[in-house]
This record gives sequence, C-alpha cells and structure tokens, in this order.
Amino acid sequence: MIKDLLTSWPAFRQLATGTDGTGREAMSPATRALAPRHDATDVSRSICPYCGVGCGQLIFHRRGRLVSVEGDPASPISGGHLCPKGAATFELLTHAARATRVKYRAPHSRQWQEIALETAMDMVADRVWESRARHFEDTREGETLMQCPSIAHLGGATLDNEENYLIKKLFAGGLGIVAISNQARI
Amino acid sequence: MPGLGTSFGRGGATTAQQDLVNADAILIMGSSMAENHPVGFRWVIKARERGATIIHVDPRFSRTSAMADLWVPLRAGSDIVFLGALVNHVLTNDLAFRDYIVPFTNAATIISEDFRDTEDLDGLFSGWDAENKQYSTESWAYEGSKPKASGESTEHDRGGHAKERGGSSMEMPETPPSDPTLQHPRSVYQILTRHFARYTPAMVEDVCGIPRDTFLQVADAYCRASGPDKTGTICYALGWTQHSTGVQTIRTAAILQLLLGNIGRPGGGILALRGHASIQGSTDIPTLYDVLPGYLAMPKHGADAGSLQSYIDKHRLPRGWWAHYDRYIVSLLKAWYGDAAQPHNDFGFGWMPRITGDHSHFGYWLDMADARTVEGLFVMGQNPAVGGANAGLERRALGNLKWLVVRDMVETETATFWLDSPEVARGELPPETVGTEVFFFPAAGQAEKEGCFTNTQRLLQWHQKAVDPPGDARSEAWFVYHLGRRLKERAARDTSPRNAGLRALTWDYGTRGPHHEPDMEQVLQEINGRSLADRSQLPGFHALASDGSTACGCWIYSGVYPSPGRNRANERDPHGPYGHGWGFSWPADRRILYNRASARPDGRPWSERKKLVWWDETMREWTGLDTPDFGRTKAPDYVPPPGSTGDEGLRGDAPFIMHPDGMGWIWVPDGLKDGPLPAHYEPLESPVANAVYRQQTNPAADPKRRSDNPYADSPGDPRYPCVLTTYRLTEHHTAGGMTRTLSHLAELQPESFCEISPELATTIDVRNGEQVELTTPRGSIVTRALVTGRIRPLVVQGKTIHQVGLPWHWGYRGLTTGPVANDLVAISEEPNVKIMEAKALVCRIDRWSPRS
Repeated sequence: MIKDLLTSWPAFRQLATGTDGTGREAMSPATRALAPRHDATDVSRSICPYCGVGCGQLIFHRRGRLVSVEGDPASPISGGHLCPKGAATFELLTHAARATRVKYRAPHSRQWQEIALETAMDMVADRVWESRARHFEDTREGETLMQCPSIAHLGGATLDNEENYLIKKLFAGGLGIVAISNQARI
Repeated sequence: MPGLGTSFGRGGATTAQQDLVNADAILIMGSSMAENHPVGFRWVIKARERGATIIHVDPRFSRTSAMADLWVPLRAGSDIVFLGALVNHVLTNDLAFRDYIVPFTNAATIISEDFRDTEDLDGLFSGWDAENKQYSTESWAYEGSKPKASGESTEHDRGGHAKERGGSSMEMPETPPSDPTLQHPRSVYQILTRHFARYTPAMVEDVCGIPRDTFLQVADAYCRASGPDKTGTICYALGWTQHSTGVQTIRTAAILQLLLGNIGRPGGGILALRGHASIQGSTDIPTLYDVLPGYLAMPKHGADAGSLQSYIDKHRLPRGWWAHYDRYIVSLLKAWYGDAAQPHNDFGFGWMPRITGDHSHFGYWLDMADARTVEGLFVMGQNPAVGGANAGLERRALGNLKWLVVRDMVETETATFWLDSPEVARGELPPETVGTEVFFFPAAGQAEKEGCFTNTQRLLQWHQKAVDPPGDARSEAWFVYHLGRRLKERAARDTSPRNAGLRALTWDYGTRGPHHEPDMEQVLQEINGRSLADRSQLPGFHALASDGSTACGCWIYSGVYPSPGRNRANERDPHGPYGHGWGFSWPADRRILYNRASARPDGRPWSERKKLVWWDETMREWTGLDTPDFGRTKAPDYVPPPGSTGDEGLRGDAPFIMHPDGMGWIWVPDGLKDGPLPAHYEPLESPVANAVYRQQTNPAADPKRRSDNPYADSPGDPRYPCVLTTYRLTEHHTAGGMTRTLSHLAELQPESFCEISPELATTIDVRNGEQVELTTPRGSIVTRALVTGRIRPLVVQGKTIHQVGLPWHWGYRGLTTGPVANDLVAISEEPNVKIMEAKALVCRIDRWSPRS
C-alpha cells in the first residue's frame, strides 16, 4: 500500500524514471485514461455532402449516436482532407436547429403547428391526387399527352442518385408531372 | 451539359481530379477552384510542384490566383472573346496539333455551302427566324447531309440536354466529305479561321480589359502545353455556366482543347467543376424536365412521340453508341413499368407524359407567379427563396400556390416565405393574405441514409448509413417511396386511363427497419439493369436488348452493380493512378473519357511521357492505365464495312464513340440552339456595346422581360454603371441552409459583404467596412463594403468599368443572416439549358452609412 501511494505521486515517478516531470510521469489518472473521441466506435464510410469534389468521410458512431466525422485517408481523391465545410459535417448532422418534427401551416395562418408524420403523408397524398385530377390532360389534338400540369418539383443536386431516380420515376413515369427541375442545368 | 456533350459526346467532365497532376499547364477560368473545390485544388498544387504553369483568369484575385503563376483580371461576361482569341492565336500561329486534329476531329470535314457565318451576317448565323426567335439548323450540316426520313425538324430537336442524345433533323453522310490538308474553304478548319479572325489581342484589350501583352503571355504559356509530349487542362465552374452564352463559352474551350490535341490524354481534358455533391448525378438520372435517365429525350407532344418507333427513329443515330437508342429506351420502360410493358403496348411508352414547352424552373415559376396552372409544388433540398434568380419574385410566387411541400434538414427561407421573408417583414405580404398550405418535412442527412452520389468526375461513390435520422426526419427515398405506395393504392381503385402508368409502375422495393426504409441497393440494382429471364444483374450497357428482355433504369450507369452483392459504388480498394477499385466511374468505369485519343491513329502512345491507353498487338486488344473508352478488341486500322451501324460503324481511329462520325466536334452541326460555333455576345445587361458584331446579345437567349423581371437599358444604362458578379465563399455553401446554421462556419464568415476596388470606393466616398446599397432594376440590398485591391477597374472600349463582387449565400434565417443577393439578379434563360445569367449584370452602388 505504501508502494501504491508512492508510485501514484508524480514527483516520485519522476525521480524513479529519471525524467523531467513533463511527460507521462506527471499525468493524473484522469489524463492517463483519456482516449480519442472515436475510440471504441463503429465506423461507416461516407462521402461529403457539400461540393462536387466528393471527399471521403469516416463517420464514427457508437450505439446509434454520431461521435465524430473525419476525412477518409483512403480516398484517392481527398486523401483524408476536408475543407471547412466538410469538417463541419458533424455539426451539420447534430446541431440544435436541425428539424426533427413535421410542421404544417394552414392557409392564411401566421404560425406553424406540429403534425404527425403519417398524417402529413396522407394529407400530401390527398393534395397530389386532387390537384392532379383537376388538370390532367390525357390527349391533345388527338395525340397522347398524359400530362399533369398542376404539380411541379424542384430539387435534386443534394440528393442521392437513387432518390432522383425514384422522384423522376414516380412523378413523371407514374403521375405525369413534367415540371421537374433542380439546381443543375449545364 | 450540352457544351461538353455536343463537342465530345457526353455531358460530363472528361477527366478526373487526380489527373491534373499530369498537366503541363492548367487554365482555371470561370472558377476559383482553391476556394470552392479546395480539396480538389490539391491536385493543381501537386501539378505546380511538378513544374506545371498555372493560369487563373478571373475578375477577382482570390486564393486560387495566389497559387497561380499568372492571374489575369477580365471583365465578367467577356470570356468568349478571351477564349476565341486563344483559338485565333493557335490558328494564326499554326500551333494546332495537326496529327491529332486530322484523324480525331472534324477539322477537315466540309460544311454545307448554304452556311453563312456571323462574319457574313454581322453576328447571326444562317437560318435565323426572327419571328420565332430560333434557328433552323439545316445549313449548319455537313455537306452531303440529308433530312432525316422520320419527320420534320422542330424546335424540340435542337438543343437542351437531350441533344447529346440524338434528335437530329439532318442525317450526315456515312463518309462525310473532308479535306485532310485543311485547305478547302468550307472545311471546318478554314471556316473556324475566318470566324475567329477578328478575335485578336487588340480585341481582347478592348473588350475584356486585358492588356494585349498579358494576353499573349497567357496564350504562349498555355498553347505550349500541346503536342505528343505535353498536355494542358482547362478547369471551369459557374463563372462560365451562369451566362446567356454559357454553353458557347464552354464550347470555345472545347474547340481550343481539340485544336491543341488535349482531349482524352493524361493531363489534358476539361474538368467541369460541379458545385453540389451529386449535381452530376441529378443530370445523369435527371430531376430535369427535358431528359430521361441516361440523357434520353423526354418525348414531346407533336414532335417525336406518336409511337415508340417514331420516337426511336427521331433520336437514334446511324453509327456510334446512340445507334442503340431502342435498347436504352425499351430497357428503361421495362424498369419503370415491368411486366405490364409489352411489345403490343409499345412497352408503356404511351403512359409517359409528353412535354409541351418550357417546363424548366423559370418556365413553371413564372406560371406560378401569374397564378395560372401550377397549384402544388415539391421542393426537396433546394432553397429558391435565396438561391433562385430574382429571389423576390420566387418568394412572391410561392404565395400563389395552393400547397407547398418543403423537405430539408432545417427550416429554410423557402419553407418560411410566408412567415419572415423580406416581403412579410416590409408589410407587402401579410401572412393572412397568403392562402398557401405549407408542409415542412425534416430530412435525413447523408450519414443517416445509404445511397450514392456522383461527383464532379462522374464517379459514383456510395455512402453507408451510420445512424438513424432524428425524430421524424426521413430520407427523400422514404418519402417518395411511401408517397408512391399511397398513390398506387388509389390508382388500383381508379382505372382511368391516366392511372395506367401509375398502376404499372414497379414499386416493390423491400423495406427495412422500424421505419420501413426502402432498400437502396435494390434501387441501384434496378438502375444497373437486369436480364428479366433469370433476374441476373447485367454486366454493362452492351448487354441491353430492345426486345423487352432487359430492364435498366439508367443505361450509362450500367455496370455499377454487375452481380449479386457487388456494389461497385461501394468498393473501396483503390489501385493505379486513377483509383480503380474505389467507386465506379460512368461509363463502364472509364476514368479519362475518349482515352483512345491518347494513342496515335496506329495505336502506339503519342509518347512515353503521355501514355495512357494503347493497342497491344500481341494480345490484340487495347490496354494501359485506364479502362479503354473504346471497343476493347477493335483494331486501330479497323475500317467499317459500308452500311455498318453502332460501334461497328466507327473506324479504329475514331475516339469519340458517341458521335456518328466518331470525331471530336470542333464544329457542332446539330444539337445547339445558338450556333455551330461560339460567338461573342454581350451579357443581357452590359455597360458597353458589342464590339465584335452589331448583334448585341445572344439572339436565342430569353430574358423573360416583364414588369416583375425588368432590365437595365443596354448598353450603358447610366443608372447602373458597374458590372456586378456573384460568387461563393469557402466557408458557406449555396443558399446557406447547410452552413449559415452552423456555429463554426457562421463564425468564420459572419456577415454578408461585397468586394469593391479602392478606386470605386473613392468614387462613391466609401471607406472599408462601411455599408453600401447595391441596386439593380430588380431590387436593392444593403451590405458591407470590403475595399480591396484584389478587384480592380478595367478599361473597356476606352472607358473605366468598375466591377463589384458579391457572395450570394445570405438569407433571413440561420445564425448569420443577411440580404438576399439574388434579389438583384434577373430571371433569364440561356437557350440550350435555360440557366440564368448571374455572373454578369449591372448595378449602381452608393454609400449607405451616414457620416457624422
């Protein structure tokens, strides 16, 4: 017990190891127990969601919670680097102003109200069905048209390929919506 | 991306970022790459360390310029004069790489004798129809071309995204007439020479404000990087695209690169620097109005859509890979409509909607602004209340909708246009007068869903799902899948003809987890394509059939998921200089497009130093450092038997395999709405008259002039004497929803500002940091002035022109808020892709801060 007491004393350890008191010998137990934030985490491989460079990212997470987002050193494009935006991806995913509830604004209202996700989905399906029925044109001048002119869509450059595929497939191929656009042109 | 698509065959960057390291010269223009693609810019620095010359041409001195050997300030909107003068420099000094351009490009091809150039018609090409404001393009065809048998040419055939994909009104002869000596007066080479003859260093000085000696310094430095041993790369971004002449600006660079023999070669090519994580993907698998996946054309009412066969006949080309248009469209229809799609019903072609006009962003937004037909709108991951041109009009138009659905990670300005927009704050739009029903759905971030992005070099990279999204946040895939499920249920009960496509739509993706998330691997497998007999994944687009036996959601992506369990977008085992084994590069994992051109016509590399792909005579196949962008076993000396179609119809020394002549197109005979060659037109708003032609602006561009989208008098409206250009910062991203909401980024760039020169500051009596008001015919904003020598006045046509630089990220929500720059920008449509002109307009600037 005396020995335990002595060896936990930084000054003693310094004398015993002949060091200068600035290294491990001076660490408190708390310091010695420190580990990188992303120790003992799972890692998923991801790609930065900002610009078109496509830097590799490693997403560190533990038990369903994000711990850290770092560059992926294995990427042949980015070699582990991230610019300020990519380096802010952890905050992008976890900041307090991130929306987590569905909101609804009634016509002429001055405020939002929260509504249930499934309720909102049913309401949107209703709106789509009604607006489409109101203006759908099957034919024009004797030729097939199959166009729904009353509904439009904007967005895509920040979405996954699979998502853009499903949007175009459902909206155009299924519903007849032609007014579809996104940030891209050229 | 028709600039690159018409020139070379595919609408995408021709090279990879890593390949920049092989360049001997890099020209960065219409981009500040160090600031907006920072990690990609490492490759430019590596090139510089290996001795490459870096040239940055830009109105502003930025961190890109600081790392360049030469920075050249130019007047925003004068890029075609600069690039055209580089073309003229090559032609005048006989610097073209002749051994490349004669076999590999249409430089030698002879053009119709009906063609008249802008030199003959003072700024117009032959075929201009002033009443309908469009060109008939027959006179731009190769000599010996004949009208296509399948029907009349219409406005639809010319241009847009779908023009990389057929739709020609004229069919070129099987062997176009040509003069390999490049002497024939109607050869492309000679027409080009006459066309650009007045694009001289003196013209550059007059129009761009660049001293002629500086221009010659650039011309000498860049054009030296050419020939068997040297190559140069051009990098561009939105400083080139967001103009009424955007496509033609890119075309000028394409002509230059073809003349110098830089396409398809290591350290060459054109690197289009795209701005969003998957904006390349959102054009390839398009949420766009005029294209189907893989750049197939959306059928157009009254033009090509009478039957599936007439559509195919209209769009297919006789030779090259567009000959198999039937395989691509039938396989897409089978992917969408499954078993219901059969030969007897044209594979469901009749269930697909036809386009009838301009259904682009501005096309339908102006309909909304006039409260006409559009009553419901989905906005997913975009923020037009800040990011849309004439943002005030964009916001007000939202108030005319019956319903609006916004999906994003935060409540964006678009979602709250009725609550806290400037119009509401100023009392112009009381919320109680806005009848729009608004639904806001929280969206998942990229770490909370799986799927793939396609980056700026056509590379599909899968991102894995790490955690669930918080609360009720869901992915777009979840939303669209479950919305589709609900709508299909209704369609099952309502057998009206309009629901045939919806009933037939294949929508049985497996779902996972407590939230029933659709399986994105299944979606990617559908995109890749399957053989329907045994459900096996297809190895690539060469396995597609036109008889209904294959399904494929996007033919250019085929090969990304070639066998069970093998998701190549998710592969992470890179090897070689181009990272093969990491992700999947379309098409067919070719990293450098048109790389057959990295070998001589006989198949040997141009040089040891610049070898990339070459013919192995022993193995009788192409081999090398990249996947050959060519038939692997097609010999260099292959000559097609007459009447051959498809890839078999192209010679063994024809590298541009999407084109029916296999050539790189210096001259674009068909596919663009505003000319077979680029011509300089002034921006729609300009302080000066066009010094090159009498035609002031691009005749085919549409300014959408109306009372809520007014323009300055042009040229030289005294009320708006400065040139205004918008740009981006490193620390913020587009309309700000992903950055102005984050503490570190908001701290790094805490406030909106504009950049002005010390000379301009003196003129308007403004000190650094004081507030200024910027005014255009669309509106005005107040922001802080950053007075800096990094932006400077230029002398253009004898008068001093001041330029103002304005970052456009700010909006009224977030940790840092500010005025919306796009309130100043007009809605306008470049003729081919309908993009707005945000990079060159005019403004006035006045001190706003009072002085005591």
